[in-house]
Amino acid sequence: MQIPACRNRFFMKKIQRLEMDGISKSFHGIPANQDIQLSVASGEILGLLGENGAGKTTLMNILYGLYQPDAGQIKINGQPVQLTSPLDSILHGIGMVHQHFMLIQNHSVIENIALGYKDTPFFFPKIKLREKIQQFSRQFDFTIDLNKKIWQLSAGEQQRVEIIKALLNGADLLILDEPTSVLTPREIEELITILRRMKQDGHSVIFISHKLNEIMTICDRVTVLRKGRIVGNADTRDTDKKTLARMMVGRDVVFNINKEPLTRGKPILKANRIHVTGDMGLPAVKAISFDLYENEIFGIAGVAGNGQRELAEAITGIRRIDQGSVTINGKDITNLSPRHIYDHGVSHVPEERIRFGIAPGLFLYDNAILKQHHLKKFSSRYFLRYNQVKTHARNIITEFNVATHTIDNQIRNLSGGNIQKLILGREISEQPRLLVASHPTYGLDVGATEFLRHHLLKLRSQGSSVLLFSEDLEEIFELCDRIAVIFAGEFMGIFDSDDDRLCDIGLMMAGSKRF
Amino acid sequence: MIHITSTDRYRITRWRVVMTNVFSLAAGLVVISVIFVIAGVNPLFAISEIFQGSFGSVYGFKETITKAIPLILIGAGLTLAFRARFWNIGAEGQLLMGAIFATWTGLTFGNTLPAWGIIPLMFAAGFLGGALWGIIPAILKIKYAINEVISTLMLNYICAHILTMLIVGPWRGGTRFGFPGTDTLPEAAILSVIPGSRIHYVTLILALVCAAVLTLLIYRTRFGYEARVVGENPDAGKYAGIDFLKTTLILMAVSGGLAGMAGVGEVAGIHHYLGYPDSMSSGYGFTAIIVAWLAKLNPLYTIISGIFFAGILVGGDAIQISLGLPAATVNIVNGTLLIFLIMGDYFLNHKISITFKTR
Amino acid sequence: MEDIIISTLQRTLVAGTPLLLATTGEIICERSGILNLGVEGVMALGAVTAFIVTMTTGSPWLGVLAALIAGMVISIIHAVASVTLQANQVVSGLALTMLGLGLSGMVGKPYVGKPLTIKMDDLSIPVLSDIPYVGQAIFNQSPFFFLAIGLAVGAWFLLERTRLGIQIRSTGENPKATETQGVNVFLIRYVSVIIGGGFSALAGAHLSISYSRSWIEGMTAGRGWIAIALTIFALWNPGRAIWAAFLFGGIFVVQYLMQPLGISPNFLAMLPYIATLLILLIISLKDPRKLNAPAMLSTPYKRGER
Repeated sequence: MQIPACRNRFFMKKIQRLEMDGISKSFHGIPANQDIQLSVASGEILGLLGENGAGKTTLMNILYGLYQPDAGQIKINGQPVQLTSPLDSILHGIGMVHQHFMLIQNHSVIENIALGYKDTPFFFPKIKLREKIQQFSRQFDFTIDLNKKIWQLSAGEQQRVEIIKALLNGADLLILDEPTSVLTPREIEELITILRRMKQDGHSVIFISHKLNEIMTICDRVTVLRKGRIVGNADTRDTDKKTLARMMVGRDVVFNINKEPLTRGKPILKANRIHVTGDMGLPAVKAISFDLYENEIFGIAGVAGNGQRELAEAITGIRRIDQGSVTINGKDITNLSPRHIYDHGVSHVPEERIRFGIAPGLFLYDNAILKQHHLKKFSSRYFLRYNQVKTHARNIITEFNVATHTIDNQIRNLSGGNIQKLILGREISEQPRLLVASHPTYGLDVGATEFLRHHLLKLRSQGSSVLLFSEDLEEIFELCDRIAVIFAGEFMGIFDSDDDRLCDIGLMMAGSKRF
Repeated sequence: MIHITSTDRYRITRWRVVMTNVFSLAAGLVVISVIFVIAGVNPLFAISEIFQGSFGSVYGFKETITKAIPLILIGAGLTLAFRARFWNIGAEGQLLMGAIFATWTGLTFGNTLPAWGIIPLMFAAGFLGGALWGIIPAILKIKYAINEVISTLMLNYICAHILTMLIVGPWRGGTRFGFPGTDTLPEAAILSVIPGSRIHYVTLILALVCAAVLTLLIYRTRFGYEARVVGENPDAGKYAGIDFLKTTLILMAVSGGLAGMAGVGEVAGIHHYLGYPDSMSSGYGFTAIIVAWLAKLNPLYTIISGIFFAGILVGGDAIQISLGLPAATVNIVNGTLLIFLIMGDYFLNHKISITFKTR
Repeated sequence: MEDIIISTLQRTLVAGTPLLLATTGEIICERSGILNLGVEGVMALGAVTAFIVTMTTGSPWLGVLAALIAGMVISIIHAVASVTLQANQVVSGLALTMLGLGLSGMVGKPYVGKPLTIKMDDLSIPVLSDIPYVGQAIFNQSPFFFLAIGLAVGAWFLLERTRLGIQIRSTGENPKATETQGVNVFLIRYVSVIIGGGFSALAGAHLSISYSRSWIEGMTAGRGWIAIALTIFALWNPGRAIWAAFLFGGIFVVQYLMQPLGISPNFLAMLPYIATLLILLIISLKDPRKLNAPAMLSTPYKRGER
């Protein structure tokens, strides 16, 4: 709110060079960043490469003034600066597009831009800003209806709103946190065009990603982060993917997934022309049909927000099915309660795990039986058998490597990755007939990811089936026996994993090809 | 430069909980003292008078126990509702509804049934009355998404007016010389007391048993588990397939029912007839909210916190007489203590460190 | 007959005025994401402050000013608890109500039942009040009435047509995103809670120095809670609050109109509370997505949370 005169942009030069020097930051005593050195110059696109949980986002949040570093300093053009709030960073010419967009879903595009723009007039901001934004949009070929609410926009459009916000504020340095994860291949191309234009105009860009291909094509230089430390710097011209991968993971990456060929068994799940409505009252799943068999992993590929979440929730009973039916082993489970569906052998690893998967204030062992507490082995008619519950919880934390000193710990005190492992353990350990898994490896490190993938294959070989939702095509191709591509709530086609037509998967994910 | 940083605390010992509460109450008393000073009352005298009046004499202590009975009953019921994040502010109305049901039962059957028949019947009727009045907001919330804070409060007002309507109208007793109020309950329908006091021990025992049983219910049973999950995270409850409507209905029936039984105790143990709402309950439904909060939503601890706040009620009465303070003084004490208790929670869950740094 | 209609309309507007003031304040507060259940207590405190100051100084406007300040100051408690200390907003609001009711009862005890001889002159809008029938009823009113309408319209303008309004609404929708845009969400929430408290106190001032011109304990009679219900009924829009409040004012007046018909006065006294439940029932039948409730209402915001 208060802007000391010394921070006025008029007195500051354009960012020629930004350096982070010796930055350290820890949360709850666990280091997230240690002694980070990093620099970026004007007209340069710097890639920040690292696995999930390597500390990339924490580092950038420090640069954006959201967190304060425990040690180290940030220099702009050689001068140390204090960035104690996002406003400080904005005024210094730093803009950030967060992975989860910082947009007000219920507000219009123009209201969102007015919120972030530093020179928004006090009275009638919407009317007065309109002309300026339109002029600016033309310059970058953005075409967005300013009166639309954010939730009515596609992920790509939302990202463009974020970029406009940053550029309007005169950002010299733009930080993009995993910008491609929600985009279709075509939208990624458009983003690259925008970034190249910005580079020509003398902007600097920090591009955060864990995808090697993108880093190699987009960035000039790359800095690699592992477990909170810088492990390497390189010019992208002088390096290759394999070297970068080794730096990122700390060893040679051999995803030695050993998928034994199995013939599929009897059908387990049959979905017949199901229709589901999304949160905003619009149809999210339209007439989707498919079968799922024993010994099979069925993958659903697609860009986030095309009905995956709604489909998973509908099958597991959290969301109403408007039309159509779902059967498990021939029994109709359409719109049964989640508990009855669970009793039919369907486990569920939800996409929003923190939102659905845990009761944060309860103990770890309470959370270990969230979906299973009604089973005979954990409770009699009225009372819970806490001895069995605690044993069960201990088994999960050993088997799934959940890092905690005790099970008498409120689950909110665990890190996101550990919570995720507990939920996965809980859902897998009961030998489900069908596991519905939404992005199960998202946010896990390489070791845990590998471990989990083996578990999914184990389930498959034991005669269960897995319905796997993932945005990670590599994961889909490695694990799945059959693959469906979803776009705008419809299947663009269902293919065996060795089907040649899958080379057009990018087009299908963008909705421009259908079989 | 002074730097204040706050970090989450994850291991919270029982000792720390107790000490935080003690410090919060102490800090609250300091502020109350300041208010007393401003009101022209010597705070040390007033506060010592409060505790002298409630715990300092045999008579005072008996009164404290008497008033603790409804507070424990209601407070224990509220812990269950609050655990499920159902903000039942309507215990006052539920108490009155219990009193109405019990009075009708007592007046109707009191002359035909022996005491061992009529007393349980009245408690059952009181439970039923309170439960019904508690279920209404539960249905309104689950079926119509109506905020329970507002609905339970509105039901308080409505119940008070229903009661008044009854005692000035159809139920007005012939023996009251035209004053509003029902006839006195028959002998069999009156709860006996510990001689020399007003402690209606049947209700007291009931309150203690309820507190113990509810503790078991919350921490050991499937229902308690489901209520806690729903309260912690309704979305997780949905994901786990917990029946929201059923859970909420049961817990509000219990919460309201216990308040209703407290109403039975007040009518059959203290007043022996049904009179104006203000005289039937001295704000027990609201004070019990603080009782539940101080007990950290553990029903067993409401026994201690119930006695503590009963002491404040009794002591408050004492200073009203000796210092000429208005009845509302108790509200100041309650409000201030509650504010400090919830503020104390922050310091329980966070570690605050103050460092001096020179730049 | 004509007189009855005019006086009914007039009394409806008078009865709706405090509801409108308190509802407008609560709307601003809730739009920033903070639920303030302390309205009833702050209203009582405003009523007693305005009454005492008016009586001792002889100036009703000083009374109004004092009430405003008292309401804002006591609301700081709720702001500290719910914004800085991230306390449970339901419990904190209840505590504020207890405290407000207690303080007003204590401070106001010597003044119970004393009539206020100082009168606030009605404001009469020159030309408009000459309109037949409605002119007298609408445009010849206590200054509070015009103040309430003015503040409601002003609040609408603030929320919908200014930068600060966008910041307040964004804070209620998504404080984290709002903070990343360089907005101090703590400050916004403090300001909103304090403004809301000031409005509630103004409502109380109207009750004691204009409406009943006396002070007794419990004179707010649940109006604070009704205002919270009206906030929902008005869909968090101060414009809608205007007619919602006066609709409710009508219900208060109906009580008096029906008394001669031989209906139990206790039953009539129940009407506003039953009506409150009914309006909430009506609004719940609306599509919940169009309810417009601030997405993060009553959720504490923790800075720097991972």
